[in-house]
Amino acid sequence: MKISINGKIKNFDTDILTFESLIKELNLAGKRFAIERNGEIIPKSCFADYQLSNGDKLEIIGAVGGG
Amino acid sequence: MVGKNIYVPESIVIAGRTFQSRLLVGTGKYKDFEETKLAIDESGAQIVTVAIRRVNLGQDSSEPSLLDFLPPDQYTYLPNTAGCYTADDAIRTLRLARELLDGHNLVKLEVLGDPKTLYPNVIETIEAAKVLIKDGFDVMVYTSDDPIIAKQLEDIGCCAVMPLASLIGSGMGILNPWNLEIIIDTLSVPVIVDAGVGTASDASIAMELGCDGVLMNTAIATAKNPILMASAMRKSIEAGREAFLAGRMNKKLYAASPSSPTTGIIT
Repeated sequence: MKISINGKIKNFDTDILTFESLIKELNLAGKRFAIERNGEIIPKSCFADYQLSNGDKLEIIGAVGGG
Repeated sequence: MVGKNIYVPESIVIAGRTFQSRLLVGTGKYKDFEETKLAIDESGAQIVTVAIRRVNLGQDSSEPSLLDFLPPDQYTYLPNTAGCYTADDAIRTLRLARELLDGHNLVKLEVLGDPKTLYPNVIETIEAAKVLIKDGFDVMVYTSDDPIIAKQLEDIGCCAVMPLASLIGSGMGILNPWNLEIIIDTLSVPVIVDAGVGTASDASIAMELGCDGVLMNTAIATAKNPILMASAMRKSIEAGREAFLAGRMNKKLYAASPSSPTTGIIT
C-alpha cells in the first residue's frame, strides 16, 4: 500500500499494516512522537489496534528547539 | 516576599502551576543540545519553549533528541505554534503537542501575520485562543502590545498574556514601555514580555515596569557566550523584580537635596 508520511509517498509491501508495525518499520520505537492520520490524531494507546489504509496521509511530529 | 535583609524570590503562578523563576527561555538557535542545556540551566529557567515539527524519518534511531537533554520531567515544556499563520494551523499543532507530551496542556499560542516581521495576527490569535481554551488547554498567548487586545485575551480565558517588547529576534528592547504599563495595570493574569529583549538591561526594564516575567530565546542563544548571557539574564530578571518591589525613587530634574549632610562642612 501507498502511504504519505510527512509529505512523502512511501510504499509498503503488505496489505495489512498496524501503526505499531509502522513505527518499527520507521525506526521510531522508543522515540517521542505524535501521529495524525488524515487530520485525526491517533492516540498512542491505539497503535496496536489501528490499521493503516492505502492512501492514508500521516503527519509524524516531535519536539525540536524553538523560541 | 522581602524578609529581614534577605530577598526570597517570590514565586509566579501560571494556571495554578507555581514557578520560582520568572525567566522563560526558548530552546532554538543554539550550537548543539549540550550548549542548549548548559545555557538553560545557567538561566535558572523552569519553563522552556519547544517547537513542533515533522520528525526526520531518515535519522539514526540512536541519535539524541532535545528531549534527551531536557527531560520533560525536569522542565515545564511549553510547546509553541511558531510558524503558524492561521488559527487552524495553531490549533492543530497544539493538539499534536498535547498528544506528544502525554496530555500536557500548558501551551504557548502564537499566530503570526507576516514572515518578514513575525508580527502577531491578533484576529487569528483570538480565534485560536477561544477554541483551545474550550478544548481544555491552558493558553499563554503571544500578542502585540495593544492593551485592548491584551484585555480581550484575558477575558477569553488565557492564563498569561505575553506582549512583545519589539519584533521577534530583533533584540531592539522595549520600544513602548507605556503600553506595557497599561497592560500590566489592566490585566489580572500574569503579563510576560515575549520577544525583542536584546540584553540584560532590557530584561531588567521589563521587570521594573512590573511585568511578571520575560520569555526570551535569541538574546541568549546568539550571544557570543550564551552561557554567560544566560547567567546575566537570570540576574537581571531578579534585579529588575527586586527593584520593582522595592519601589523606585521619583525622578526629579534636580534635587537640591544632597545625600551627604549639609551641616558640619569644613570652612
